[in-house]
Amino acid sequence: MPMNAPASNPADLFTETAFTRKKRRTEMLAQGLFGTMTLAMVIPLALILGYLAYKAAPLLSWDFLTTNPTHGMRKGGIWSALLGTIYLVVLSLCISAPIGVLAAVYLNEYAKDNWFNRIVNLAVVNLAGVPSIVHALFGLGAFVLFARLDRSILAASLTLAIMTLPVIIASTKEALASVPVSFREACWNVGATRWQTIQAIVLPNSISGILTGVILQVSRTAGETAPIMFTGAVFYRNIPEGNLFAYGIKDQCMALSMHLYTVTTQVTNAPEALPYAIAVTLLGTVLLINATAIVFRVWLRTRKKW
Amino acid sequence: MTILPPEPVRPPSSESASPKILIEDLRLSYGPKEVIHGISFYIEPNEILGIIGPAQSGKTSLLRCINRTIDFTASAKVSGIIKVDGMDVRQMRNVYELRRKIGMVAPLPVGLPLSIYENVAFAPRTSGMRKKSDLDGLVEKCLRQAALWDEVKDRLDSLGTKLSGGQQQRLTIARALSHQPEILCLDEFSIAIDPVTTMRIEEVLRELKQDMTIILVTNLVQQARRLAARTLFLWNGEIIELDTTEVMFSDKAKDKRTNDYVNGIFG
Repeated sequence: MPMNAPASNPADLFTETAFTRKKRRTEMLAQGLFGTMTLAMVIPLALILGYLAYKAAPLLSWDFLTTNPTHGMRKGGIWSALLGTIYLVVLSLCISAPIGVLAAVYLNEYAKDNWFNRIVNLAVVNLAGVPSIVHALFGLGAFVLFARLDRSILAASLTLAIMTLPVIIASTKEALASVPVSFREACWNVGATRWQTIQAIVLPNSISGILTGVILQVSRTAGETAPIMFTGAVFYRNIPEGNLFAYGIKDQCMALSMHLYTVTTQVTNAPEALPYAIAVTLLGTVLLINATAIVFRVWLRTRKKW
Repeated sequence: MTILPPEPVRPPSSESASPKILIEDLRLSYGPKEVIHGISFYIEPNEILGIIGPAQSGKTSLLRCINRTIDFTASAKVSGIIKVDGMDVRQMRNVYELRRKIGMVAPLPVGLPLSIYENVAFAPRTSGMRKKSDLDGLVEKCLRQAALWDEVKDRLDSLGTKLSGGQQQRLTIARALSHQPEILCLDEFSIAIDPVTTMRIEEVLRELKQDMTIILVTNLVQQARRLAARTLFLWNGEIIELDTTEVMFSDKAKDKRTNDYVNGIFG
């Protein structure tokens, strides 16, 4: 064997074989596919938003937001519906977020793995998939009739809270579970209680994930029509304009989602831009509420430690 | 010709005047599977006891029984006696105080996602130490003991998780010392760190021996040989042999498996 023969042909690193060509093509194909799918998601979204804004433009103004509908919804603004939606979203999240997050902490951090807790977990997962109209009927029976709350903001918010609760529990559990067990063990080893561990390590490192789960429920709460239709939202209501405290929790209210539904299906001769303007306001409200939470989340994430 | 007095009777292995830790007929099972099959031994105060044995022989589980973190595993069932300072561990109500008596260092370094300072101050804080000056002093002392102080003294506010593996392991040791334990359990502390750091920590352990009892679980049999006064060979949840390290690592070991294992020709 000649001593100067190379162990392997160095040219191999510079020539393409059938196999490397195939690898390269697959790689390009994969990247192209994933990229296209991302575009397939972004483009329609941008088109929808652009179309909505374009169609709504003639009507959108500060006055539109701050005056009540008049002339059988055909004229005026959407103040009472806008304020109603804000009331419903804020109140229902004030109920479901604390209960959901705390219940998830229990289920993920304290609950033993026994048959009872397994059933609870299974119930949570399944409840998250129940259609909203079923929640509406439950809300009607439990809050409006049985608890005698009548049709009110409170009853509607409770119904929405029941609807969002399982999803918040599921997403919070997910966020908590993403904190490595080794962190918890390290804390237990130095004599920390479960609560001290949760407080010092688990919650600070999962809070942004928890908030993401809650934020997603803002849009769901604002967008649902079915659960509030039987429990507190009405066709029309006149409230003092510009007063943020115009509704009481026992009042019935208008809501943007329901207003959009009635304007498109029940009101004849409404201006063409009206439904679009309502839709844009609904989206804007959701984004505004989300933005607050997102700013808070970004601030928390800058403090995330690993 | 004088008659020599009879030799003092050496106490049987499970009895010592006042052992730091006494374990009698300890059994542990996870669900239906028993992983520790009734072992008994004791550890003297200020002793370094080496525990060697292959993976899955119950070494880590044994440590978790001693500091009762085994409680967090729902399927675990423990029987037998574990006594620390003569007190029955399994009957204790204040397990947090027990765990503070025992410093625990896990195989992989775990820097908590807190600053270096807070990593060490965490344990004293959880037990109610609030005064800044007390905490400062303790943090410095523990970091010095763990041979980390000089490297981190200027950046105590930076993240513990950003340290290198070897530094994080020393941070873990500093944290284990921060609640001023009487017993220090090291569970294969050197598998993730380089030999030089390992030697530095071994140096630290020799000094810490003056103040505390050390259980050194290790995969490196030579590490036990370097540090431990006595060495216990645990295999499949049973004690194969427990004797002075000198005997264990010579051909005087009673069990052939001990010989084979320490010489690396096991199995």
